[in-house]
Amino acid sequence: MNARSRLRPADVGSLARLGLTGRPLRALLSAVGIALGVATLVAVTGISGSSRAQLIAEIDALGTNMLTVTAGQALSGGQATLPATAPAMVARIGPVQSAAAIGDVAANVYRNDRIPAANTDAITVYSAGTNLLRTVQGHLARGTFLNRATARFPAAVLGASAAAAMGIDQAGGRAQIWLGGHWFAVAGIMAPAPLAPELDRAVLIGLPIARSLLHARAAPAEIYVRTDPASVAAVEGVLAATADPAAPQNVTISNPADALTARADATAAFQSLLLALGAVALLVGGVGIANVMVIAVLERRGEIGLRRALGATRTHIAAQFIAESALLALLGGVAGALLGGFATAGYAHLRHWSAVVPGTSLAAAVAAALAVGAVAGVYPALRAARLSPAEALRSP
Amino acid sequence: MTALELAAAGKEHPGSPPVTALRSVTLAIGDGEFAAIVGPSGSGKSTLLALAGTLERPTSGEVRIGGTAVGHLADRELASVRAYRIGFVFQQFFMVPTLSAVDNVASGLLYRGIPAAQRRDAAATALATVGLAHRMWHRPGEMSGGERQRTAIARALIGRPAIILADEPTGSLDTATGLGILALLSELNAAGSTILVATHNPEISRAVPRTIRLRDGAVESDTGRAA
Repeated sequence: MNARSRLRPADVGSLARLGLTGRPLRALLSAVGIALGVATLVAVTGISGSSRAQLIAEIDALGTNMLTVTAGQALSGGQATLPATAPAMVARIGPVQSAAAIGDVAANVYRNDRIPAANTDAITVYSAGTNLLRTVQGHLARGTFLNRATARFPAAVLGASAAAAMGIDQAGGRAQIWLGGHWFAVAGIMAPAPLAPELDRAVLIGLPIARSLLHARAAPAEIYVRTDPASVAAVEGVLAATADPAAPQNVTISNPADALTARADATAAFQSLLLALGAVALLVGGVGIANVMVIAVLERRGEIGLRRALGATRTHIAAQFIAESALLALLGGVAGALLGGFATAGYAHLRHWSAVVPGTSLAAAVAAALAVGAVAGVYPALRAARLSPAEALRSP
Repeated sequence: MTALELAAAGKEHPGSPPVTALRSVTLAIGDGEFAAIVGPSGSGKSTLLALAGTLERPTSGEVRIGGTAVGHLADRELASVRAYRIGFVFQQFFMVPTLSAVDNVASGLLYRGIPAAQRRDAAATALATVGLAHRMWHRPGEMSGGERQRTAIARALIGRPAIILADEPTGSLDTATGLGILALLSELNAAGSTILVATHNPEISRAVPRTIRLRDGAVESDTGRAA
């Protein structure tokens, strides 16, 4: 035979379109599964990407040039302590802009003197330097921070969560708290401090009053260090030896901004769970498409027989059904990508974030849908191709 | 020149016991002939047509289309034979309901790899040949049974095949419409088409120049050309 059966690629596309327009409602419904899967994939990557971008922007706004100094484990075992001189020593390092310490105070704090001793609400009392707020770049929600005057008197600044736990929303001396057996006036209430979250559940009092009234030790529990942004690494290198020259190995240095960034990245673990969910939805959508295509092959035996009679090869028949299945999934994928994009934009808008929908994840999700559709079409297409033409024509 | 030739062709469907649909049939249809295969149900008319159209392979003997033996051809090559040498007309029309008449007819050239615009031009001509120029853009659902069968005939003849095989072309139509289809087939034959019709319709067998009568899978009588 000189002349061979041929089917132009453009015609394969038209045949796929034709198959779907024959039963538009069924095509729509079977594409929904794929659309939901792709929408999930896009929304999960979009929302978590937007959230991460937002978090990192916030961390950057807080400054990545803050370090913390804490006492670690002593070699002999047990908790080491920082020397009382450490804050002053650290402040003397050239690029250090400010260094503020907090110290443990062995006292519990209550809303008033009638609260049972056990109900501490897990609020910690710290002595604090007057430059602490500036160093951690914290903000006050109400009132004023400790100053050189109030640090000598029974005045306290509440962390955001501590104030909420005690039910205090007034500052400037209008509220009092029962702290270590003494009344302390509430001078101020802090806004949440992302770089120093331990302050949120704390009550801060001046170091002088802590020592005189509550017999607190002078040794700092933690020192917050704000450095010249260009010299963070250099300062980090000398911080331990400066804080405790006698036992630098007992000193732990950390960068809270790094920790927060790491936490932002760690949400990826949670994200992968949701992505897996989206992938499962996509697969279920694929199974749905395979199902619909198997039914289509059964229903369209007559058409298959006709096409074979018109000169279609088995390959042409298989190509038609695979293309139809892939087109179905592609439509679902594009719809899902739009849906996921809108979901991301909507959620980001609600949270006042800027929406970040990575183009690569859009493309990958649509490509995945296309691949799932093509694979889903293989079995029905092979069944269609295997039909004997005479038998196919015999069916109504 | 012979358009179609069956040489001791037989078809047996496997099973226990095997069913013999066609015993050894020897038959030649010359170029330009118009012949009818008649016979009671189960006599093997459809099987003969399926063998002639390479939709099925004979289990014995040989089938030649335009002089080429097709028994040993691969499935892909048989598809090529159907695409270029054979036109089919069926009792059930087999129209694609979402396509207009012209596009249904154009699908007769789909598997020759001809561009869509050329296919449509040829389809318009073929539709005019069967008297349906005014129905080009109508869908099968908007046409009568007779018009649908004319459309199907246009689809069969669009590629100028060596032979047109029609299986009960008037089986789904009323008598008057069936006569119209018969008249159309006669016209096409007069214009040069080779046509083999399997039919129950006595009007057709009376009208065609040659009648091949089958019984129990064998040729009972053939009013074939004296030559």
